[in-house]
Amino acid sequence: MSEGGAFSRPGARFDRILGAVVWLAAGGIAAVLIWITGDTLQRGLSEVDIAFLTTEPTDAGRRGGIVSVVVSTLMILAVTLTAAVPLALGTAVFLADVSARWSAAAAVVRWSLDVLAAVPSIVFGLFGNALFCVVLGLGYSILSGGLTLACMVLPVMIRTAEQALRSVPAELRMNAAALGLRRTARLWHIEFPAAVPGMAAGLVLGIGRALAETAALIFTAGYATRMPTSVMDSGRALSVHVYELAMNVPMGDRRAAATATILMILVLCITSAASSLLHRRRIFRRSEA
Amino acid sequence: MIRTESLSVRYGSRTVVRDVSLRLRCGRITAIVGPSGCGKTSFLLALNRMIDLVPGAAVAGRVLFQDVDVFDRRNSIAELRRRVGMIFQKPVPFPLSIRANIQLGLKEHGVRNRRDREAMMEQVLRDVGLWDEVSDRLDCLATKLSGGQQQRLCLARALALDPDVLLLDEPCSALDPVAAACVEKLITELSRNRAIAIVTHNLAQARRIADDLAVFWVRDGSGTVIAQGTAEEIFSRPPCPTVSDYLSGRTG
Repeated sequence: MSEGGAFSRPGARFDRILGAVVWLAAGGIAAVLIWITGDTLQRGLSEVDIAFLTTEPTDAGRRGGIVSVVVSTLMILAVTLTAAVPLALGTAVFLADVSARWSAAAAVVRWSLDVLAAVPSIVFGLFGNALFCVVLGLGYSILSGGLTLACMVLPVMIRTAEQALRSVPAELRMNAAALGLRRTARLWHIEFPAAVPGMAAGLVLGIGRALAETAALIFTAGYATRMPTSVMDSGRALSVHVYELAMNVPMGDRRAAATATILMILVLCITSAASSLLHRRRIFRRSEA
Repeated sequence: MIRTESLSVRYGSRTVVRDVSLRLRCGRITAIVGPSGCGKTSFLLALNRMIDLVPGAAVAGRVLFQDVDVFDRRNSIAELRRRVGMIFQKPVPFPLSIRANIQLGLKEHGVRNRRDREAMMEQVLRDVGLWDEVSDRLDCLATKLSGGQQQRLCLARALALDPDVLLLDEPCSALDPVAAACVEKLITELSRNRAIAIVTHNLAQARRIADDLAVFWVRDGSGTVIAQGTAEEIFSRPPCPTVSDYLSGRTG
């Protein structure tokens, strides 16, 4: 329809301008993503081969592969999730369900979470070092690193899980209660399954943050490049490896890009696996007796 | 079966139900009628303590289920709600399979044997006339059923627990006339060996199925019962002009 046509309306131009702005914003975001991914892949992909994925790094990472780093990363992530997921679920249930009668306590918890979410990760690193490495005597270890990351991802996981639980229709809760289902049964069979998609989003965000973290890990998990044999060993995460290669190892740039490539692929794989797993679980639950 | 003595319900400082003494008898359907906002639903919610889930709600007076005070702390709420079932205006199946919808309650109330649960499920689905419609897709999502089927599923879900009392809050108002007639017929059959209370705005429906009638009305800002007795008696000889005007459709 042309401007000034039979059906034109004042303000139609603003619609078009707004439309253009929206497209520009969305396109810009996509462009940034494509640029980062493309740049990393272009510089790193040529370095990636089977040997890179299956051997341990030597010569400070300039030669050899990254297998021990990948293993350390996955172990740190496992520790993080093992500690954070139950805590996050428990706190979310408290905030969404129980807190009606304990509004003052809930306010304190919410406020703590907001503050926690705003703390820079380097501070988490120092705190994790003081508490886990020194006070609890865990030393520089995968366990220390994982627990520190757990503290860091808790706010985002709790908030998304709380929102997911709150968005479960109240009618479902009422109907479950009317059948004489106890609170635990209501949570377990009705509210959790209904909240799973929202919780999956929180899990993915948490995993993303954990895998991306560097500063908090340098002080807690350390940067030993050898293959870890237990969670008590020090281990270098992929992001720490990227940082070391790029900043502290001369001629490490290409290896840094290659490691970054693997890190990105890993993030993509784990997050999509986590969300699809949770969605499948939900469908399974539905058909279960 | 279940009766109230001077039951009052408050939400914060607002009294929505005042001083209601009513009796639901076994084998009879008690229709609870009255204009919107006169406390009918709140009254019903108090009977099986669903009111506990409403923030800020407080109850005074007594609710006696088989001569036991339901608000006595020693009694199990879960068991009370098993024996005093409730159906809401809008059918809300759980987003689970049809089978899970029925068996979840059974499992929770201690029917451990899978075969028992299957048999009970078939029985109640037959009772509500749903078996032939869904027996070949018990593992499909219950939310995919039509509105009338969903309401019958909700009834079956409550029936599976073999309640002594059924509280129905406008169970037909969200249904089309055909589905409503089907549910209505079902309610009549179910009343044979239980006490049923049905809140309804449909006076024709009350006239068709009710044995007893209670008319709620707002007096001094809160809902209370202004007439109760057998349906026949109140419909034919309304005790006061307010009731007579309401029942004949001139007010309310």
